[in-house]
Amino acid sequence: MPKVKIKRKSTVTDMTAMCDVAFLLLTYFILSATARQPEVLPVDIPSSTVTVKVPDKDVSTLTIGEGKVFFGVVGQDVRINTLDRMAEQYSLTFTPGEKKRFSVIESFGVPMSSLKEYINMDATERMKVKQPGIPADSGANNELKQWILQARYATKELHGVDLRFSIKGDSDEQYPTVRKIIDILQDQNINKFSLITSLEAEK
Amino acid sequence: MAELDTSGGGGKKGGKIRTKKMSTRVDLTAMVDLAFLLITFFILTTTLSKPQAMDMFMPDKDEKNPEEQLDVKASRTMTVLLGSDNKIVWYMGVLGDNPPTVDNFGKSGIRSSFVDANKKVVAGTGDPKKGLMVIIKSTDKSNYKNFVDILDEIKISSVPSYGISNKIETAEINLMKSQGAYKE
Repeated sequence: MPKVKIKRKSTVTDMTAMCDVAFLLLTYFILSATARQPEVLPVDIPSSTVTVKVPDKDVSTLTIGEGKVFFGVVGQDVRINTLDRMAEQYSLTFTPGEKKRFSVIESFGVPMSSLKEYINMDATERMKVKQPGIPADSGANNELKQWILQARYATKELHGVDLRFSIKGDSDEQYPTVRKIIDILQDQNINKFSLITSLEAEK
Repeated sequence: MAELDTSGGGGKKGGKIRTKKMSTRVDLTAMVDLAFLLITFFILTTTLSKPQAMDMFMPDKDEKNPEEQLDVKASRTMTVLLGSDNKIVWYMGVLGDNPPTVDNFGKSGIRSSFVDANKKVVAGTGDPKKGLMVIIKSTDKSNYKNFVDILDEIKISSVPSYGISNKIETAEINLMKSQGAYKE
């Protein structure tokens, strides 16, 4: 009996199409991913089991660490509008160039008096300089209160929605510092805000 | 003169030079592997790097009429004091009526205390809607992590209502000191 010969099939598959698809997807993900801004105040955020994501617009982030507080608001238009309002409050003037530069700053912690100087630094200098935090002590010099208030006005005017606040605090931060910030928010009748946490597996 | 041309082409005059035909197929397997690896990386970093937000509600700060406060039966309340070194002291009802308990964070610590207390309260009132009311008092010695953790524990153990209070009485500080949960 003659042997039945099974024709051996080639194991080489044409990868071209697969390669095309893979790179197309890769390009899409690279382009759609937003580059992460370097953080000016590195904080170690506490973990929790909640799985609600932070909204990506109309939100302001108050970063608390080392007893200092940094302010940041999402959206270039809101930032410029807020700066305009702040300039009016503190009778300062900013050139259109400075406003443009300010609109890309994610978060900052300098008092109004040195804000101009800070805006005019370049990115590497900004990372190096030690920022003292925004003055938030109760009294006339409560700049944080003003920033919060003006950012709320700006968001309301531009987008017609209420600005949400999220607090990003360092795990080891003493509670009185956090309470001070919460009190500032509560003074303006903001009773709802989010605490930014990282994900933790349920124990 | 020095010549670099060392090819032996000159020997075969008029003869066609035949180049060997190479296959144009390239093995793309490794390239595809790499591409998918990068895709996976980008998918995971874009969606997972987003931090989570824990929503928090503070009671309305009504300075005009401070008497207007939520009335909750003392037997339903549990006051949780956050102290130093991640320690918790809690007591039920009014201070002095019930002995305080020192607890720690975690599954067998405050979480089971919450669950037990809630069960007891529901059994006492006979109404599942009238469950435990936790009052959180964060002292100056506690840190932000404790605060987030206690809110998280409340959420996990599904305590029906909670409140955050900043009014810490001296008696409570003394109580914590006696339990070693408040270090100067």
